[in-house]
Amino acid sequence: MQLKTNNQSILQKIAPFIGLILIIVIITILNPGFLSVSNLMNVLRQVSINALIAFGMTFVILTGGIDLSVGATLALTGAVSAGMMASGVDPIFAMLLGLLLGAVLGAINGIIIAKGKVAPFIATLATMTIYRGLTLVYTDGRPISGLGDSLTFQMLGKGYFLGIPIPVVTMIVSFAILYFILKKTTFGRRVYAVGGNEEASILSGINADRIKIYVYSLLGLLAALASLILTSRLNSAQPTAGEMFELDAIAAVVLGGTSLTGGRGWIVGTLIGALIIGVLNNGLNLIGVPSFFQQVVKGAVILLAVLLDRKKTA
Amino acid sequence: MIRMTDISKSFSGNKVLKNVHFALEKGEIHALMGENGAGKSTLMKVMSGIYTRDSGMIEVKGEKVHFTSPKQAEKAGIAVIHQELNILPHLSIADNLFLGREETIGRTGILKTKQMEKKTRQILLDLGLDINPADPASSLSVGKQQILEIAKALSVDAEVIIMDEPTAALTDREIDNLFKTIRDLQKRGVSFIYISHRMEEIFSLCDRITILRDGEFVGERKISETSFDEIVQMMVGRELGERYPERKSTIGEIKLAVKGLSRKNCFEDISFELRRGEVLSIAGLMGAGRTEVAQSLFGYKKLDSGTIEFDGKQVRIDTPKKAKEMGIGYVTEDRKSEGLVVDFTVEENVSMTNFAAISKNGLISKDRERQLYDTMVKRLGIRTSGPDQAAKSLSGGNQQKVVIAKWLGIEPKLLILDEPTRGVDVGAKKEIYSIINELAERGVAILMISSELPEVIGMADRVLVMHEGKITADLAKNEMTQERIMHFATGGGKLAVEDQ
Ligand SMILES: Nc1ncnc2c1ncn2[C@@H]1O[C@H](COP(=O)(O)OP(=O)(O)OP(=O)(O)O)[C@@H](O)[C@H]1O
Ligand SMILES: [Mg+2]
Repeated sequence: MQLKTNNQSILQKIAPFIGLILIIVIITILNPGFLSVSNLMNVLRQVSINALIAFGMTFVILTGGIDLSVGATLALTGAVSAGMMASGVDPIFAMLLGLLLGAVLGAINGIIIAKGKVAPFIATLATMTIYRGLTLVYTDGRPISGLGDSLTFQMLGKGYFLGIPIPVVTMIVSFAILYFILKKTTFGRRVYAVGGNEEASILSGINADRIKIYVYSLLGLLAALASLILTSRLNSAQPTAGEMFELDAIAAVVLGGTSLTGGRGWIVGTLIGALIIGVLNNGLNLIGVPSFFQQVVKGAVILLAVLLDRKKTA
Repeated sequence: MIRMTDISKSFSGNKVLKNVHFALEKGEIHALMGENGAGKSTLMKVMSGIYTRDSGMIEVKGEKVHFTSPKQAEKAGIAVIHQELNILPHLSIADNLFLGREETIGRTGILKTKQMEKKTRQILLDLGLDINPADPASSLSVGKQQILEIAKALSVDAEVIIMDEPTAALTDREIDNLFKTIRDLQKRGVSFIYISHRMEEIFSLCDRITILRDGEFVGERKISETSFDEIVQMMVGRELGERYPERKSTIGEIKLAVKGLSRKNCFEDISFELRRGEVLSIAGLMGAGRTEVAQSLFGYKKLDSGTIEFDGKQVRIDTPKKAKEMGIGYVTEDRKSEGLVVDFTVEENVSMTNFAAISKNGLISKDRERQLYDTMVKRLGIRTSGPDQAAKSLSGGNQQKVVIAKWLGIEPKLLILDEPTRGVDVGAKKEIYSIINELAERGVAILMISSELPEVIGMADRVLVMHEGKITADLAKNEMTQERIMHFATGGGKLAVEDQ
C-alpha cells in the first residue's frame, strides 16, 4: 500500500535498484575483484555509517525538513564519549551518554525549527557551526585517543558477528526497526502526514511540532550511533570527523527517490541510495580512477540519477 | 465551435469516460452537469490537452485537433478555469494575472509593472472586485482568488471559456458580477462551457445542457425545454424527492456556550449557545469572520478574549488535538489545503483523525484501518476505485466526502462544518444533509457555516448572521428568509418584525 501512498509506480520505486545493479555490473566488468567477499564486506562496512545517518535523514526529509548539522553532531558526540572513555569513565556509560547527547542535539534542532518557526536549512546551518565549534573547544582541536580496551566498544567498529562486520549488523538491524516504524506505526504515518500537508495534519489533531522534534532527535541519535562506530574503528575521535557527511546522507535519500519537499518517499530507497554511493566510492578506487576525478564522477552519477527520476515523475 | 465525438478515457484500467459526445455552438453558454465523479472535469481536461484521450475525435471550428498541452488549446482560443485554483500566492495579483504573457518594454524583458497593474485593476473592477493589484495574491480570500482565476481566463481574449465550478467559493454578489461579465462576453460571440452543481445558476445562465452519468453521455437539452426534475432524474437515474430531508431530533441541553469571543481583525464579541441535537448555522458573506470563529473554537487560531463553556464547564481549547479529544470535529472549508493530504490514499486520509481507533500501542492494525475505510465509504457513498486511490485523483465532491468521513470516525459530540456541500452534487448533497440529520438525531450538536442560503434555511434550526466580524442577527426557524439573512449579512440594521 505504501507503494501507492507515495504515488509512484512500482517501476519508479525500483529504478534506484536497477541503477545500483547497473553500476555494480559496470564496475565488475572493469575489475572483477569488486565481487570478492572481502571487498563486498568492506563496501558494506563503509556504507554503514552513511546509511545510518541517511536513515534518520529520511525521516527528517519526509517531514519536509533538512538537517545540515549531522556531521557536526557526529563529531561532537564522538568527541564527548571518547573524552569520557579516555578519562576512565565506564565505556558503556560513556557510549550511552554519547547516544543521549546525539538525541538532545537533534531535539535542539527540532525545537528551534518547530517552536521557533525557523527554516530547517537556516536553523541547522547555524547549529552545524555551533556544534562543530563546541567540538573544537572540547577537543582543543586535537584528536582524542587512548580509549581503553573495552571489548564492547572495540567490537562496535571492528568486531564480527557470524562473519559479518558488526557495523553492518547494526545497519541492518536499524534498517529493519526504522522500516517497521515508518510502515506500521502511527508515528510513521504522522511523519508522512506532516510532510504531505502540515496544515491538514494539525487540523486533524496531529501535534506536528512534536513529530518534527522527534524526527530530528532520531536523526541525532543515529548520528551518535554512527559516531561510536567510527570512533571505535579509528580508535580515536577526530575533531574534524563527519565533515560533509550531511551531504552524503542527503544524496542517499534523494537517490532513493524521496522527495525533498516532504511527504513522499521510502527508506528502502535510502538504503539503496547509500549503497550506490558506497559502491561508487569503492569501485572508482578499484578501477583506478584518480581520486580528484572520482568526485566529479560521483557528482555526475548523482545528478544523472536524479534527472532520470524527474523525467519519470513528469 | 467544438465537437467531441466518441471520447473515451481510462485511468489505470478504470474507464472514466465512455464514448462521450459533446457539442458546443458559437456564442452559447452550455452547461455540463453530472454527479461527482461523472467525468465532467476529465472531459474538459481531455478537451484542453491536459489529458490525452484513448479514443474519439475532437474538432474545433470544423478542424480536427489533437492538443497535447494546455498552451496549444489556449492558442486555439480555449481558456480553462479549473476546479482547483492555480494561484501563485507570493506573486502580486497583477503578476498572477499576466503570468506567462507579461507586458515588457520591447523585447528587453523589463516589466511594465505600472501598466499591468492598471489593467489588472480595470479587469477586476469589471468583476466587482476593488483591490490593490500590487498586493500579494495570498492576501485574497479563496473567493477572491477564484475571481482572479476567472479574470485570467477572461483576459486572454479566448473564444471559448471553460469554467469548472467557478462559483463554488463566491458570494451572491460576486456571482451576479460574474454572470454579468459572462453575458457581456456572450454578446461579443464568446462561447462558454459551464460546470456547476447549482441548479438555480444553470437555469438562470445557460442556453443548453449536456448531462453525464458514470462517464457516459445521457442527453442534451435546451434549458428552455427542460425542468429541474428532468435534469436531476437524468443525472442520478432516479427520483430524488425532497432536497432537504426531514429531521426528527429533540433539542437537548446546552453543549456549547461561548461569551464575548474576540480576535483582533477577525471577529468581535461573539456570543451564542448551541444545544445537543441542534443545527445552528452561521451565515454571512465571505470574509465576515465565520471561518475564523470556527477555527478559534477548534483551537487552531488563538482567541484574544472570551470564554467557552463545553458541557457546562469552562474550557480552554488551544490546539486542534485538544478539541478532538473533547469530541469536537471540524470539516474544513478548503479541502485541498486544510482537509486532505492529497498524496495520501483515501484510506490513509480517513485514518488521519482516527489513529486511536485503528491502532494499539502505536501500531496500526491494517484490518481495523480497512474496516474503518469500508464503513465510511459505505456510509457516505464515496466513489473510489479502492482504498488505495490517491485522494488527489478523486473528483471534487468525493474529496469533500472524504473530509467528512475523517470526522465521523471520531464519533463527534460537536461537529463544525464549514461549507460542507461546496462542489457536491445534488444527490450527494442530500446524503450529506441526511448524515447531518442523523448526527443531530443522535444528539450531536452541529455548527454549520454556509454561504448557500437555501441550504441554511433548509437545514438550520437557528441561524446567526455575521457581518464584518460581528453577529448582526440570531434568527429562529420561522424568522428565516433569504431576504432577511441577506439584509443582516450586508450590515443592515434591525428590521421591524412585521416586515417578515
Ligand atoms: N488522474 C486520475 N487518476 C485516476 N482517476 C482519476 C483521475 N482523475 C479523475 N479520476 C477519476 O475519474 C472519475 C471522474 O472524475 P472527474 O474529476 O472528471 O469528475 P467530475 O464529474 O468533475 O466530479 P466533481 O463534480 O466531483 O468535480 C472519478 O471517479 C475520479 O476518481
Ligand atoms: Mg470536477
